[in-house]
Amino acid sequence: MAAQFEPIIGRYMTLELGGRPHRIYFEEAGEGTPLLCLHTAGADARQFRHLMLDEDIIGHYRVIAFDMPWHGKSLPPEGWQREEYRLTTAAYTEMIVAFCRALELDRPVVMGCSIGGRIVLNLAIECAAMFRALIGLEAADFQAPWYDTAWLNRPDVHGGEVCAALVSGLIAPQSPDVSRHETLWMYRQGGSGVFKGDLYFYRVDGDLRPRIGSVDTSICPLYLLTGEYDFSCTPEDTLRTAAAVPGAHVTIMQELGHFPMSENPAQFRRYILPVLDKIRTQADATPSGR
Amino acid sequence: MGHDRHSQNERLAAAFERLPHLLESDPDLIRRGAFFDAGFEVGIGDIPFDLIVAAGRIASFARGPFVMPSWRFAVRGTAEAWERFWQPVPPPGWHDLFALSKKGVMVLEGDLQPLMANLQYVKDLLALPRRAGVER
Repeated sequence: MAAQFEPIIGRYMTLELGGRPHRIYFEEAGEGTPLLCLHTAGADARQFRHLMLDEDIIGHYRVIAFDMPWHGKSLPPEGWQREEYRLTTAAYTEMIVAFCRALELDRPVVMGCSIGGRIVLNLAIECAAMFRALIGLEAADFQAPWYDTAWLNRPDVHGGEVCAALVSGLIAPQSPDVSRHETLWMYRQGGSGVFKGDLYFYRVDGDLRPRIGSVDTSICPLYLLTGEYDFSCTPEDTLRTAAAVPGAHVTIMQELGHFPMSENPAQFRRYILPVLDKIRTQADATPSGR
Repeated sequence: MGHDRHSQNERLAAAFERLPHLLESDPDLIRRGAFFDAGFEVGIGDIPFDLIVAAGRIASFARGPFVMPSWRFAVRGTAEAWERFWQPVPPPGWHDLFALSKKGVMVLEGDLQPLMANLQYVKDLLALPRRAGVER
């Protein structure tokens, strides 16, 4: 069989975050409206590889995804060995804004999943005018915890194994085996303590309930899509969040769980294509530089 | 009502009693449990089971009640929890041990270290009756 080349290309940049240089890996495919994708806690940008291969998406969108510092092929900052990694709302927001500026993205669409979905809500609260549209996958202003994150990083439990085993239940039973295990592989590969550090943002620092009411969807449209099998960010969590945001579009996706873009790409595209088409046609009808 | 509940518990217990046989027909799961050794209790509705797993194989499987139960950890679910969990395609919210625990129909207790260190194995072990099909 001849080698099959993909349209996805990757490269590195050094970006100053929190006053320290960070070596960041990102990849992209396609041309058109920039669509920045934010991966889930403890995983990396490979979760979006199927979107980056979808002709119906990359024909209209420049799909971009970076590995957060400490994740995937991005490195932790120098001196990491002397600190405990903890993601905060402020650091996560700074990272996204700095990345968009570094690539000079003109009012990108930002789509994030899980912690990426939560931070999308914070972007809607704090800097909505920078974006063309915001899409939260498995997103809510708050979720009740369902396990003790102390189990994620201790020497008597294998970190990669336990991270993957915990999140395995968040994948819908209908998802194809190959996609289920590809999704879990990224959790098996995460650095020690990184998933736990991401969840500091999710569980401790990032409760957006007091501020969610300030989102103004006339500045930037907000789309929320949640899988019916997600018991971490439940459909009820997303519906409650949407109810607090006038004008938010909400979809509950059947036969999908917490990782729609990677656990079942074919099922997810049935839901995300109409959203991306709508954003594109609305953007075409609106004067730019607003 | 009492009779219905009793027969549901018995039916689910009968499904669970096939576990040693189901495990023996899954060499991949046995392989993944190679470092798992623990005695633990599984509650199927009102009926407790005492399991000892050694190197991924079931070394002892007993149905209670027990006079002096002794275990490292216990996984106890209501009859409804196991009934739905073992459906060929379980409904949302009933498809994972932690989904059930978040819902309040399953309890994980005791020394959870052996459970968490072998979590995928235990999840897959306890899901085996799903594959076999539970009589309704």
